[in-house]
Amino acid sequence: MTSPLQQKIKITGPSVITANRTWDGIVIWRTAAKGWTTELSDAAIVRTADEARALLAESVADDVGAIGAYIAPVDLKDSDKITPGNLREHIRSAGVTIDLPVSA
Amino acid sequence: MYAYDELDRTIINERVEEFRDQVKRRLSGELSEDEFKMLRLQNGVYLQLHAYMFRVAIPYGTLSSEQLRRLAHVARKYDRGYGHFTTRQNIQFNWIKLAELPDALADLADVGIHAMQTSGNNTRNVTSDQWAGVAPGEIEDPRIWSELLRQYTTLHPEFSFLPRKFKFAITASDHDRAAIKVHDIGLRLYKNAAGETGFEVLVGGGLGRTPFIGKTIKPFVHGHDLLSYVEAILRVYNQYGRRDNIYKARIKILVHELGIEKFAREVEEEWLQMRDSALAIDDAVIEDIRSRFSYPAYEKLPHMPDELKKAAHDPHFEAWRKNATFPHKVPGYAIAVLSLKPVGGPPGDATADQMDAIADLADKYSFGEIRVGHEQNLALPHVARRDLPALWKALDKIGAATPNVNLVTDIIACPGLDYCSLANARSIPIAQELTRRFANHDTANLIGRLHINISGCINACGHHHVGHIGILGVEKNGEEFYQITIGGRADEKAEVGTLIGPAVPYGDVADVIEDIVEAYLALRARPDELFVDAVKRLGVEPFRERVYATR
Repeated sequence: MTSPLQQKIKITGPSVITANRTWDGIVIWRTAAKGWTTELSDAAIVRTADEARALLAESVADDVGAIGAYIAPVDLKDSDKITPGNLREHIRSAGVTIDLPVSA
Repeated sequence: MYAYDELDRTIINERVEEFRDQVKRRLSGELSEDEFKMLRLQNGVYLQLHAYMFRVAIPYGTLSSEQLRRLAHVARKYDRGYGHFTTRQNIQFNWIKLAELPDALADLADVGIHAMQTSGNNTRNVTSDQWAGVAPGEIEDPRIWSELLRQYTTLHPEFSFLPRKFKFAITASDHDRAAIKVHDIGLRLYKNAAGETGFEVLVGGGLGRTPFIGKTIKPFVHGHDLLSYVEAILRVYNQYGRRDNIYKARIKILVHELGIEKFAREVEEEWLQMRDSALAIDDAVIEDIRSRFSYPAYEKLPHMPDELKKAAHDPHFEAWRKNATFPHKVPGYAIAVLSLKPVGGPPGDATADQMDAIADLADKYSFGEIRVGHEQNLALPHVARRDLPALWKALDKIGAATPNVNLVTDIIACPGLDYCSLANARSIPIAQELTRRFANHDTANLIGRLHINISGCINACGHHHVGHIGILGVEKNGEEFYQITIGGRADEKAEVGTLIGPAVPYGDVADVIEDIVEAYLALRARPDELFVDAVKRLGVEPFRERVYATR
């Protein structure tokens, strides 16, 4: 399988690096402080392919903490509030679009 | 029920401890994700959108009440209080933490349940007719042969790294409830003209990106030759199957590219070299397996007991009895199907409380046994007909008595984009909306048997190709669209459905399905002409016209 770092990086707008946390699998985002957060609002934003490549490289390097890091699009339309850039990322961020069979 | 022996228990327990060590090494960083991925997959652990997903095998769809209670326990203790029954007689938990998985596996191992080979490029859970052993007219219980294959394929060193995953299904009835024609190897147990019992062997069936209906590679194989013949197929596949392209790696592609005649010759050549090897099964082996299956001590009971006559005055009970109970091989008994497709519910999901309640009902009314069908419903296989009214009341209380079995709202659906990292589009909300549109039981009964299958991507976990109506989610410019096929079926007359036209947006799917159903009701030759038969007779054009005339 091709490493995410070997893939051609092309971004068309503001993006973040997201992954799943290794020990429990929950969704996380890379922060500017070289850590991970469970809040999209705390994620580091990249705007160029070079920035994305650099943030992805340090994310992938944390193989113990995170799994499957990749670049995901975000929207910053609402006064810099970060919102997911597509439906898949919206579901990863906000959860399933259906009622769970058992309430949390 | 099949009782595991000491060897089975040892294998399962050792596997838990092996995986516990692997998880520990992964979490400490001793194993990288690249090193660990194959190990977790071979133990049924995927990474999905929100969390790890844990797939547990239910071999040939048979569960004891004790096992179902343990699944409920896992759902409650390690997950979010529910599980999802799949189209291959597995159950999936969607929110498992990797760090807790070894404990969950250990809890399951206590009752003989495991997750071995529920993922990865190996032989997967052997599936069978969910009514095995109780269906009238069955040649013999196919689970005996399923169990033989389970033992043979579990941890088989030669077939643990195949080009791609490999799935078996077995039936012993004329009516195929196991979808054998869409499996890598499908086996049909039958009696030949000489009165001998053996298997028709089909190979190369499968769905996904490139759907194929399985082809008969050998019309009759004696039971004692089954393993050697199956091994010959696996060896030819292992040798020639493509490993350079994941999309062309399944045996169906090899069979298609070589042609069934050439593939069969290769297998025959391989088989003749080993037919009389240690793989030749003698009767004692089969009898040993047979002896480990226990069967209920059925009573001699009337077909129409007083309890049933009295309850027949209740139209709600009668609606359920007519829809969800089926003839049993023993007079006075019935098979009761428990719909996991309530109106507005996610298809195939059951809460831990429901699982516990169903386990209790199995103890009370079904000799402690439960079955799991590929249609994502459960069944109690040995219910005395006198107990049906009481069972129905109890099922109704827990939401498992929706009388929609085999009807338009008995929808098969994969988890789709709500859970799955491979999906392009959502499946569950589409299914939920359709169950609301067709919630009226009179309407559903008027429509008759109609299977809708929904997949959220081309991998086809919802078996959309073989739905009478198939719905496939695709992504177009960031939006969810759905391709609609009609005329597919998964039974003994299995066919791949035909696309009716361009994909439609998410918001139009339910309207389109309503249009198709309305067209069918207007066009069917008789009230008992099934939807799929009407499509066969008419072709897709009248349905295409109806759907796209105003779109």
